Amino acid sequence: MLALELKNISKTFGTFKANNQINLAVNSGEVHAILGENGAGKSTLMKIIYGEHLPDAGGEIILRGAKTVIQTPAHAISLGIGMVHQHFRLVRPFTILQNIILGIEPKNFLGIIDYKKARKRIEEIIQTYNLDLDLDQKIENVSVGTQQRVEIIKTLYRNAEIIILDEPTAVLTPQEIKVFYCIINNLKAQGKTIIIITHKLHEIKEIADRCTIIRKGEYIETVDVNTTSETELASKMVGRDVELVVEKTPALPDGKVVFEIQNLNVVNSKQHQCIKNFTFNLRAGEITGLAGIDGNGQSELVQALTGLRKVHSGKILINQKDITNLSPKKIYNNKLGCIPEDRQRVGLVMDFKIKENFVLQKIDERPFSKYGFIINRELTKFSNELITRFDIRPPNSELTAISLSGGNQQKIILAREIAQNPEVLIAFQPTRGLDVGAIEYVHRELIKLRDQGKAILLISYELDEVINLSDRIGVIHKGELWADIDHNTIMTNPKLKEDIGLYMAGGKPA
Amino acid sequence: MKKFIISALSIIMGFLIGGLVLKLSGISPLEAYQVMWEGAFSQPNYISYIIVRSTPLILTGLSVAFAFRTGLFNIGAEGQFIIGALTASYLGFHFNFSPWIQIPLVMILATMMASLYGGLSGFMKARFGVHEVLSTIMLNWIALYFSNYAVFIDGFRRPNMETTEFINESTSIGILSKWKVSDAGLEWLSNHEFWSSFMRPPVNAGIFIALIAVIVVWIILNKTAFGYKLKAVGFSPAASEYAGINTKMKVTQAMMISGALSGIAGATHVMGVSNNVAVLAAHEGYGFDGIAVALIGSNNPFGVLFSGFFLGALKYSGQKIQSTLEAPSEVIGIMIGAIIFFIAIPSIFNFVTKSWRKNP
Amino acid sequence: MNEMMFLFSTTLMYSTPLIFTALGGVMSEKSGVINIGLEGMMTFGAFAASWVAITQNNPWLGLLAGGIAGVLLAFLHAVASIKFKANQVVSGMAINFLGSGLAIFFCRIFFDGASMTPPLDLEKKIPAFFNQYATVYIAFIVTLIIWFTFNKTRFGLRLISAGEHPKASGAAGINVAFYRYAGVLSSGFLAGIGGGSLSIAIVSNFRPTLISGQGFIALAAMIFGKWNPVGTLFACLFFGFSQALVVFIGGFEGLQVSSQLLATLPYVLTLIILVGFMGKTTAPSALGQ
Repeated sequence: MLALELKNISKTFGTFKANNQINLAVNSGEVHAILGENGAGKSTLMKIIYGEHLPDAGGEIILRGAKTVIQTPAHAISLGIGMVHQHFRLVRPFTILQNIILGIEPKNFLGIIDYKKARKRIEEIIQTYNLDLDLDQKIENVSVGTQQRVEIIKTLYRNAEIIILDEPTAVLTPQEIKVFYCIINNLKAQGKTIIIITHKLHEIKEIADRCTIIRKGEYIETVDVNTTSETELASKMVGRDVELVVEKTPALPDGKVVFEIQNLNVVNSKQHQCIKNFTFNLRAGEITGLAGIDGNGQSELVQALTGLRKVHSGKILINQKDITNLSPKKIYNNKLGCIPEDRQRVGLVMDFKIKENFVLQKIDERPFSKYGFIINRELTKFSNELITRFDIRPPNSELTAISLSGGNQQKIILAREIAQNPEVLIAFQPTRGLDVGAIEYVHRELIKLRDQGKAILLISYELDEVINLSDRIGVIHKGELWADIDHNTIMTNPKLKEDIGLYMAGGKPA
Repeated sequence: MKKFIISALSIIMGFLIGGLVLKLSGISPLEAYQVMWEGAFSQPNYISYIIVRSTPLILTGLSVAFAFRTGLFNIGAEGQFIIGALTASYLGFHFNFSPWIQIPLVMILATMMASLYGGLSGFMKARFGVHEVLSTIMLNWIALYFSNYAVFIDGFRRPNMETTEFINESTSIGILSKWKVSDAGLEWLSNHEFWSSFMRPPVNAGIFIALIAVIVVWIILNKTAFGYKLKAVGFSPAASEYAGINTKMKVTQAMMISGALSGIAGATHVMGVSNNVAVLAAHEGYGFDGIAVALIGSNNPFGVLFSGFFLGALKYSGQKIQSTLEAPSEVIGIMIGAIIFFIAIPSIFNFVTKSWRKNP
Repeated sequence: MNEMMFLFSTTLMYSTPLIFTALGGVMSEKSGVINIGLEGMMTFGAFAASWVAITQNNPWLGLLAGGIAGVLLAFLHAVASIKFKANQVVSGMAINFLGSGLAIFFCRIFFDGASMTPPLDLEKKIPAFFNQYATVYIAFIVTLIIWFTFNKTRFGLRLISAGEHPKASGAAGINVAFYRYAGVLSSGFLAGIGGGSLSIAIVSNFRPTLISGQGFIALAAMIFGKWNPVGTLFACLFFGFSQALVVFIGGFEGLQVSSQLLATLPYVLTLIILVGFMGKTTAPSALGQ
């Protein structure tokens, strides 16, 4: 029996067709994956099902056999549809309990919330699905995995029969992902229908029964997961054959250590020690990966390395030169480049033109300014060179950064940092939110830079990215260097991924 | 260009709403606007009055706009104006050099004091995280009461008056202010009707200083590496810090420049118009009007120049409806409020442009 | 002992308008809308209260009118901020110009061109109990009600969620716009009453310089009180106390302190406290968005 059927659903924003004549048929009680690249229109489609967008006229949504127009999220909820967004929609200063009941709080005639009654019902749900939670914790104090469980309970508390999950494993550790798979199986066992939006192929293989592929807003096809290989899924998603692994030649390090982090200790604004006795070296001609779960001190580490945060004790050396606690400007001038984690907030001034963003660190220097006055001609010349070399589109240095796509924004940062000819480049989540083409581009550029003999520190929450690119891998856990895995082990250990996952969670492989 | 259109549409809305309020109060809007128009432009002295009135508004507007461009909301132009005015009147009374030294000296010192006063807010923001809106509001009141205190200092106070002594003649930036009351001046003017009218208000060189300030601010913001960095900090403090710009220093510097501009406003007002400082019961509103000027001029130096004149004209001609029609001049405040209100919601004009596109 | 009583009652008197207005600020900003227009709402409220109290011979109707006047201005701010996604700071500034413009404009229209209303007779003012105006007690009761609403009721939980994470609230089926309108409109009502508590209780008429900055000081108190109703109450009491101190010290005979310098005390104290004790700010996460 079909739980949900979409026929010829389209959605246009202005002149942009986000969804074009999409069909979808989800069986009752199955796990159905929606596969597509970033920007393929998966999220738009789900927002239509959840009532956040109204589709263009002409399409139909059929829910349990009845034609339905889903007006609002509230309406969707009343129809038994629940959604867990990729960016959790939880109120951080509220407790888990408050978050779960928000919107349908049991209350007395005075409007006073009956927390007792709510708690009782939620505890029943927790028992039924075997979820582990402390209801009185505040969201800001619990892990991402817990937050996801809260989101799932929210949908169950609202009696959802169909649960949509948007990129559910993007922020989870391998261990948390395992727990997540268990939860999904529990839900399925209780007869719930699950729709998962993802671009991760192994995830589909792991839990989905069927998979619908969309590309550039168009429906491609629906396949049975058991009889389709990962490579087939990938080529259907991208529309051409793709390499699942980055093509790279073995590194040829000359062994020269160019960047040393010695016994680093960093304290954050809450006086909490977020980096502890961290010692790590980078060699020229190598990509060194740093794996770890979000929030284990990566941000603080990068801030300390680039001079944005005070180092409490320890040393940072670049080519034997001490750069500890120098200003960001001086560190940059010592040939340390950085692709920051948050490109829109930190990497770029979004309201500045492309050409202005290219000289963010260098506006004071010749030829870009003279006696304090900007030489506009030089800015344009410099940016046109970089725009050509890095194929930034559209190729117009007068456009503001905000008007570009995510991939092209990242290219600006990449171009700017590479143009400085750094000895060491820190790449922090360099492919976050980019589509497959842009990801491949960034990876190729990093490898190119490596082959020019630069040292690269790749910090990423995507374990696959770290494993695919790195010649050496460190694992950071609670601010400590938890493991240091050499090239040989990377190449030979068949259980590499599982081991790193365990390190990331603070364990040690047996 | 888009911002200019929004300002223009907002001004039209302001006049419509002002007219509506007048109409509801039983006053003919057309008549009122006619009185205002004539009251603003029908005589040479009206125009020179408007220029004199606009000078401090352009400068405080520039002050607020400069801060806005660097991501700061300077509500403290009022207090910085007071400090500039007080310093100018104090030094203008106590110093007496030749005008060539006296005028720049007094002007520069008054500007510096106001600059430090504005910079204090910037420093408190950079160093202690105190929001500039809060600190500038407090500093406005401190400046007001301190000025009132200073006015009463013996030797500075004009005996038995609630004002200070007048500044020395050598401090005045009035244009031909002595000549126009001399016998020769009076005789020449009596034969030249236009100039006789035009020179009646306290015409002074302040407007030229304001014009220079407009150009300098435009150059700083658009042509210099310093201005580039200030704007970067205004748009994105995090990106600026990452790029090695000392954001704390820039915040302080931006507030110092903003304060300096308001200080110049206060100094030119004393040196060209009032010649002394009086006890204040409440704020005179130069700082608040500066916010209006900056917003209507969409924080562009030349936009500010225009909106400064516009607001000056509006406020001056607004008085005329009070005397002629007994219509409350506060309708001007309502109009300014309405204009800013519409500037705050540019999206409301989208339907105008949209319907244009659909039915050209 | 008398001196302590004097200080105490003067503190309460000066604090009251601030408490109403700052709580108004809390209501608006907790729901996610910046309200820098409190000053204008207070001014218009003060005038409306005075006008209605005079014409209707009833101070309570006057106080209500003050609240309604505040709501009218707040409605403009709410429509701009919520429906048209305005720049809330700019819109708030517009409200400030409108508030004082409208107040004095209508004052001149209704009172033969005078910019201040005629004084109220003593018996037409808000009555006093135990030496304090009734508005003082109301201010404390309102604080309690808001605290209770935020911490115990569904309305409060939803209003705060609208200011912390509107997407989460929307996803939970909450009408975010409704709660933001409620927050902004109630802030107008409270700021209007704050103005009225000045013009028909503490003093007996409206005049253009009556409010002179108290709306902004209330804003400072709200931030200082970390957007928490009880914290805000104490911040207002602190500010009222420092003003009472000015009056108190100024009352000593033979004291060689200029009254003008003394008048800077509340502002200097506030600055010092902001510099010294302004820890982490705890503004609602989605404020202004």
